[in-house]
Amino acid sequence: MAGQWLPLAKDGVHDPRSPAVKQLQQPRDALSKLTPDSAGNQVRWVQSLDKGEISPREKLNPKTEVRKLDRDIILDVNGGMPAVRFPHRQHTEWLDCSNCHDGIFKMRTGETKISMFLILQGEQCGICHGAVAFPLTECMRCHSIPKQAGQKPEIPAGINPLIHRPAASAP
Amino acid sequence: MKWPAIMLAVLLCLAGGEFPFFGTTTVRAEYADIVINRQSDKNGMRPVVFPHWFHRIRFRCKVCHAELGFKMRAGTNEITMTEIIEGRFCGACHNNDIAWSPERCDLCHSGKPGLPTGVYGGHETSGPGRW
Repeated sequence: MAGQWLPLAKDGVHDPRSPAVKQLQQPRDALSKLTPDSAGNQVRWVQSLDKGEISPREKLNPKTEVRKLDRDIILDVNGGMPAVRFPHRQHTEWLDCSNCHDGIFKMRTGETKISMFLILQGEQCGICHGAVAFPLTECMRCHSIPKQAGQKPEIPAGINPLIHRPAASAP
Repeated sequence: MKWPAIMLAVLLCLAGGEFPFFGTTTVRAEYADIVINRQSDKNGMRPVVFPHWFHRIRFRCKVCHAELGFKMRAGTNEITMTEIIEGRFCGACHNNDIAWSPERCDLCHSGKPGLPTGVYGGHETSGPGRW
C-alpha cells in the first residue's frame, strides 16, 4: 500500500487534542519525497541514503570515531532456503560496531548460533528488522543467495565473503 | 438481549488493533513509532511519541544508540526529565540549539493518554514476535 501515510491526528498514537499534531512535520511531507518501498515506512532507507536524498548526521561529539566496514558475511542455512547475505557496509552506514558486537552477535564469524525462531521473537536481527528496519515479511531481501538443499551456497561473482556455517540439523 | 451485543461490540473494538478489518480503533502509527510512557501518565502528562522516521532522516542510528546510550529495546531506557534538562539522552539535541528545548512539553508529550510503552506501527508484523 504505497503512499498510505496517515496524518498524525489520525494515526492512533497521537492525541488528536494535542497541540503537537498541528505543529509537527507530517510523515507524508517528508517520506513521499524519498525512494519508495512497499513495507515499513514505505521508504527504501538504505537507497535513500546512498543516493543522497537524506544526509543524516553521523555523530554529535566531534571526537567520536565513525566506524564503517565493507565486508559481506554469507550465513549458510539448513535446507533449501536461499542463504543469507549480511552486508556490513549498509549496516555500518547507520550503526556502530558496538550496537551488535559483542552483545547481540559475537565478533568472530560462526560463533553465534542464529535462529529464525529468535529473530521472530524480536531477538538477534529481529531487534531492528520488524521494528525499525525493513520487516520480516521481506524474506528474500536477506535470503538472497541461492542454494540447493545439501549443497553450498552459490556465491555471486564480485563478492569475497566470510562464510557462516549453520548449526547441524536437529535429528 | 442487549448485553451480548455490547460485549460483541467491545470485543470487536479490542480486536481492532490486531485485526484491522474489525472495529474502527485501529492504530496505524508510522512504522517504528515508539510510545514512551514509563513516567508520563503517572505524572499527569501525555505519553511521549518518538518518531524514528523523523529522526533517521536527520541522524544515523549510531548517534542515539551508540553516542547517547539509548538501548535498542523499547522500554528499557530509564529516561527522566532531569537528565534531559541536564543534556543527556533527548537533551543532547533538545536543548534549544539543535532542536526545541525541553520547555516545549507538548511537542514530545503528544500521545494518547494510557498508551503502553512500546514499538508501534508494524504495518505487516506488528513488531517482532507478534505475528
